[in-house]
Amino acid sequence: MSVLFAILFYLATAILVLGLAARTRKYLNTPAPLKIPTTPAPTTRSGVAFRMLKELTIFESLFKSNKWIWLFGWLFHMGMLLVLLRHLRYFTEPVWWWVELIQPFGKYASLMMLAGLGGLLLRRIVVDRVRYISAPSDYLMLLLIIAIGATGALMTFVTNADIVTLKDYLLGLMVFDIRTMPTDPILVVHLSLVILLMAIFPISKLLHAPGIFFSPTRNQVDNPRERRHVAAWAIKLESSESK
Amino acid sequence: MAKVEFATPELKEYPIIPKLQRDAMAHSSPYVAKDKFQEPLGYPGELVENWKEVAIAKMGELTNKYRSLQVFLDSCVKCGACTDKCHYYLGTTDPKNMPVARQDLFRKVYRRYYTLAGKLVPKLVGAEDLTEEVLDDWYTYFHQCSQCRRCSVYCPYGIDTAEISMAAREVMDTVGKGQKYCNEIIGKAQTLGNNLGLPEPALIDTLEGLEEDVEEETGVAVKFPLDVKGADILLITPSADFFAEPHIDGLIGYAKVFHEAGASWTLSSYASEAANFGMFIGSYENMRKLALRIRQAALDLGVKRIVFGECGHAWRVAYSFLNTLAGPFDFLDPNYPVPQHICEYTHDLIQKNALTFDKTENDHMTLTYHDSCNVARASRMGDVPGGQFTIPRDIIKATCNNFYDMPEHAIKEGTYCCGGGGGLLTDDLIELRVKGALPRMEALKHVTENNGVTHMAAICAICKSQFSKVFPYYDFTMDQIVSVHQLVSNAIVLTQADEGDSDEDKQSDDAEAA
Ligand code: HEM
Ligand code: SF4
Ligand code: SF4
Ligand code: SF4
Repeated sequence: MSVLFAILFYLATAILVLGLAARTRKYLNTPAPLKIPTTPAPTTRSGVAFRMLKELTIFESLFKSNKWIWLFGWLFHMGMLLVLLRHLRYFTEPVWWWVELIQPFGKYASLMMLAGLGGLLLRRIVVDRVRYISAPSDYLMLLLIIAIGATGALMTFVTNADIVTLKDYLLGLMVFDIRTMPTDPILVVHLSLVILLMAIFPISKLLHAPGIFFSPTRNQVDNPRERRHVAAWAIKLESSESK
Repeated sequence: MAKVEFATPELKEYPIIPKLQRDAMAHSSPYVAKDKFQEPLGYPGELVENWKEVAIAKMGELTNKYRSLQVFLDSCVKCGACTDKCHYYLGTTDPKNMPVARQDLFRKVYRRYYTLAGKLVPKLVGAEDLTEEVLDDWYTYFHQCSQCRRCSVYCPYGIDTAEISMAAREVMDTVGKGQKYCNEIIGKAQTLGNNLGLPEPALIDTLEGLEEDVEEETGVAVKFPLDVKGADILLITPSADFFAEPHIDGLIGYAKVFHEAGASWTLSSYASEAANFGMFIGSYENMRKLALRIRQAALDLGVKRIVFGECGHAWRVAYSFLNTLAGPFDFLDPNYPVPQHICEYTHDLIQKNALTFDKTENDHMTLTYHDSCNVARASRMGDVPGGQFTIPRDIIKATCNNFYDMPEHAIKEGTYCCGGGGGLLTDDLIELRVKGALPRMEALKHVTENNGVTHMAAICAICKSQFSKVFPYYDFTMDQIVSVHQLVSNAIVLTQADEGDSDEDKQSDDAEAA
């Protein structure tokens, strides 16, 4: 068991890291030949950084768009962020001070995350327009994350897993030393689902996480008249003509 | 052409999100281009035998050339935030007109051939083979998108369905299934210099006629110069400005402004078109060919500045792409942006108090303003973001006493398309155009009833043509759409008059603005 999960963990991490790296490289290497920021857009780099920051922290466009999706989506993402940060304590010894600091909030963040996810799932089922655009994978993805959150919350609030042994196991994995994994069934389910999520991350719509940073409508500076912007393949068009 | 029977949608007091009705617009698709319109643009004359392979390969090529396309195809989480943002969905209730569903027509094929999950478990992730039905759906629904970008404002990742529509049209052109309206026009503009195919003599005639009309009406010899070598300013304007109503009144307005400014300006017969339909079909090469004509005209005439007339998508191509496609413009006067919008030009003069207006000339109208989407969401005017909203409004307020904005959700960055943009301004799509205008009509009705608005001003040739066509379906009249520079034309006091016999006495009490 300990060995099997160790292998799976390494595999899933490799898929996640390499997959995301490959995808990010693809985005980086694909040119954006035309200036297409959705205007009004910032006219400076720092303005764009601020625009992106607002998208990432308060989901600005989503807020303009739909208050319900915004509410549920924001609860879920912020909850997830806190939960993930809280998980750092399993991987650090001694635990960083700021991770200690958020423990008390982090504990309830799983509930915030689940509430958000529940709301999103409900919308997907109830609103005819969202139902129409949903593929099976869209429901399954939500269910998968709900299951991860629910098993996690269960261990936090109800059963209390053997955290000491778990931490020892995870710290071991980080230095390639396979120690004993606790076999609490809820924990095993929780970990299996996390491994699954990591593995499908780079081939699913979870690519929106890196994608947002590369979205030309959001990350371009509005200065086409001041600075000429030409892609490499377009320059080739020009030089092939001038012969 | 057989007349399509359809019911004009009812205007509601408040906008509501309609329940979806599958295939409500499945019957609407434009005429396919024949070989004589396809081949000059470098596309096959009819559907090629191995179209599937060609289409799939083209899709791969485009995702390697356009980061937007690649990122947008990957990133959508199907959150549904965009589903109620498209005027065509609101007006037709066809679910495939929801932006995300429109993207999915393309995305499902991309997933099938270019993603691991789509290759392994297509059903699970909504991936689908490219079949004839899918191609037909593409043709139908990618010609129900006006590329207005409203959806991109509201998507958390800025996914712009217009980019997908352009890519899909490019793929369809490449396999030989192009749209007649766009491709015929692009051919004309590439050979004759304008979308209408007006030859130079006709242009000369029209401009001479205008000079006579204006002189008769105002007593002032306002010129409409063509191909004047050594002029300072080259005016590039949509060819509809040469004859359509209310476009032509806008052209008269530009000429009067130039006259008052004492500017030396000219039109070009070689580049007698601002519109660039190459953008609508997503073809960088065709768009570039058209843009290069403008560069050539500027070089040949030896001008110092380029100014664009009122046109929505043309301003997008001009402002956002011209420097990219046909730059650098280092041979022009560096003291002015290249290109400039006629509204920027007029606004500058107003700021300097160089123009005199008699606003009462427009007192028979109460105005509102339609933000053309391509100006609002894909370009800018002036130095600060949002100048594209304030500058035209400032001009209207400087020339009219009565102005009211439509409700906030329907203007500025949230503006609704007129329903005829993006290469859809053709009679074979009239049902779509009428239905797509619904959200704008509701907003207009709101200010008509609450503020007594009588006229709507716009700065887009397509918008103007579209509104004059669809207004009657909603119990408005054709002449309720006006050009912004038509208002300028009405109110401007021509101080540079040298020959007398003016029938308008107020021309004598003006300040001398030089
Ligand atoms: C600005 C950034 C982001 C925005 C606006 C955003 C927005 C959204 C939205 C609206 C959903 C809704 C899904 C639904 O309705 O079912 C979603 C799902 C999700 N997001 Fe994000 N997201 C962002 C960044 C991230 C990041 C950085 C992660 C990183 C790990 C992430 C992970 C997820 C996951 C796991 C789901 C749920 C799965 C699903 O429904 O497919 N998101 N996101
Ligand atoms: S708003 Fe954006 S992410 Fe959400 S469904 Fe529409 S296109 Fe997809
Ligand atoms: S670009 Fe405009 S017309 Fe096209 S899907 Fe988006 S909102 Fe609709
Ligand atoms: S025609 Fe006018 S309103 Fe319609 S897409 Fe173009 S700019 Fe927008």
